[in-house]
Amino acid sequence: MTAATSAATELRAEQDRGRKAAQNREKWAQSRTYISAAVILFWCLAPAYWMVVTAFRDVGYTYDTSILPTHVTLDNFKTAFDTSFGNHFGQALLNSLFIGTVVTLVSLVIGVFAAYALARLNFKFKYLVLGFILGASMFPGVALITPLFQLFTNIGWMGTYQALIIPNISFVLPLTVYTMTSFFREMPWELEESARVDGCTQGQAFRKVIMPLAAPAIFTTAILAFISSWNEFLIASQLSSDATQPVTVAIASFAGAQPNQIPYTAIMAAGTIVTIPLVILVLVFQRKIVAGLTAGAVK
Amino acid sequence: MATEVGPTSVKAPASGGAPIHHAPKGVGEDNRIATQGRWAAWLLAPTILALSVVIVYPIITAIVMSFQKDAGLDPATGLFVEGGPAGFSNYYNWIFQQCPAPSGGTVDCPPGTLGAQFWSATGTTFFFTIVTVALETVLGFWMAVIMARAFKGRSLVRAAVLVPWAIPTAVTAKLWLFIFAFEGIGNKLFNTTVLWTGSEWPARWAVIIADVWKTTPFMALLILAGLQMIPAEVYEAAKVDGASAWQRFRMITLPLVKPALMVAILFRTLDALRMFDLPYILTGGANNTTTLSILVINQIRQGFNAAAALSTITFIIIFLVAFIFVRFLGANVVEQQTGAGKGKK
Repeated sequence: MTAATSAATELRAEQDRGRKAAQNREKWAQSRTYISAAVILFWCLAPAYWMVVTAFRDVGYTYDTSILPTHVTLDNFKTAFDTSFGNHFGQALLNSLFIGTVVTLVSLVIGVFAAYALARLNFKFKYLVLGFILGASMFPGVALITPLFQLFTNIGWMGTYQALIIPNISFVLPLTVYTMTSFFREMPWELEESARVDGCTQGQAFRKVIMPLAAPAIFTTAILAFISSWNEFLIASQLSSDATQPVTVAIASFAGAQPNQIPYTAIMAAGTIVTIPLVILVLVFQRKIVAGLTAGAVK
Repeated sequence: MATEVGPTSVKAPASGGAPIHHAPKGVGEDNRIATQGRWAAWLLAPTILALSVVIVYPIITAIVMSFQKDAGLDPATGLFVEGGPAGFSNYYNWIFQQCPAPSGGTVDCPPGTLGAQFWSATGTTFFFTIVTVALETVLGFWMAVIMARAFKGRSLVRAAVLVPWAIPTAVTAKLWLFIFAFEGIGNKLFNTTVLWTGSEWPARWAVIIADVWKTTPFMALLILAGLQMIPAEVYEAAKVDGASAWQRFRMITLPLVKPALMVAILFRTLDALRMFDLPYILTGGANNTTTLSILVINQIRQGFNAAAALSTITFIIIFLVAFIFVRFLGANVVEQQTGAGKGKK
């Protein structure tokens, strides 16, 4: 055979090797991605999974370490709602629902106007107003609690719903304003103009064009607002009573039959009840929620 | 952005968000801003008013309170002491850890009292902040880079990171308390017999691990959003130019993601500085896990005015840190927020 053909064969072999190496590298990179993804999944989900598994485990096997559900029972959920040890979990669920709903509605109704102004209008001191609202959202809760504690004691509001709702608005309102501002800025407002050109009145343009577009943004903001109110603990731990305490306080102070034995399985059951609706809500509206969460930071 | 002035929009009534003017152009511009300003004032009024009531008023009250003496029983005489102007004594007492002495004047607060914990609480707060934010930044960046890649199951990972975020902090604290219980899964898994909440360093690490678990997803999502703003062509061009993966990360990813990253770090830092729920429920502030926020809460029932002074100090510390971030580290939250980068999209 000639030298030319052998050189050609060699070249082909070389190319093959190169392609194989590149493929291997690709494969290796892919598998590293999958390994990393598996680690992230485990890290994020394992503790939450452990909560749910424990919630369904018989109290006698609290410290069982088998990964799969064992000694499955619903007793813990019964214990969670049991009021004989001074727990008020059922009432607390209703309280959280009530406080969260009022706080969310008030913040949305007040905040939607501000967000519209910040997203759509040009005016002096815009940066100042934005800075003020952002600053308010970063405000430490303890700086509010001392004067409020004294004020509410003096006017007899300790342990009332309004004593929990009003401070909650202080951090939910800034959150709703800046989330909605970012959403509104992204909306195609030209459509409002086009609708008017096509003969809509201002009211019709708003109702038929703007509302359907803004609804998802407002809805997402409502979810974020509700979650942050639902999670509030600091203010509630100081200003609520047994009758008005939200779930976070109820879970934190959950007591068992024996004073020095923490009723972990019942607490995990209560935690599961509190968490599952939120997790479902978040997973269903995942895309929107992530957009809302990151709205203030990157857009 | 605002409504164009033109014959097509004549129908728009004045009640719209963007009123119409027929004045000559130069004047019209000024006029329009003035009119929009009036509108903005009306629209913003409810929010500003609400925030003034729920934030500005308490803050001013707290500052006024912090210059008042706490009324109470004198430890020496057992007689009731009236409050009154205190000058800076509340602040002085916290910073120099002084307590009222039976003989009048002040002495060093005895160990174990709240007054003796100011500097240790400040140290703990900063320690938690620095360690958790550093860990969350590194882990969050790593998670974001993975989530930005294209692979099967990516949406599953993106959904999964929202789970720790969605769990209320109070539940998170109880969950990790259970994991870190002496007979809990934590010790079993690593075959250790650590009394996690029983001594200083394990207790601190328990708080840190729980906090990192809960808040890294937020960080990761913010960084991911920043990563997704970088056009793929930039990487392609760098690849063609022969830049290594590390060079691409250092010269492209890092500088381009920096604005989003700085905002994420700022948010998390300010949040960590006011950390309360997690250590309060997980360790009860025992074993040197008392943060400034916990110290304020513990102080409230012993004297409002001293607590007000401490909460004002906490507020000032957080404000200073925010100022340093915005002024020197270039975390421009407001500019990010006002969409200065709108053209970039």
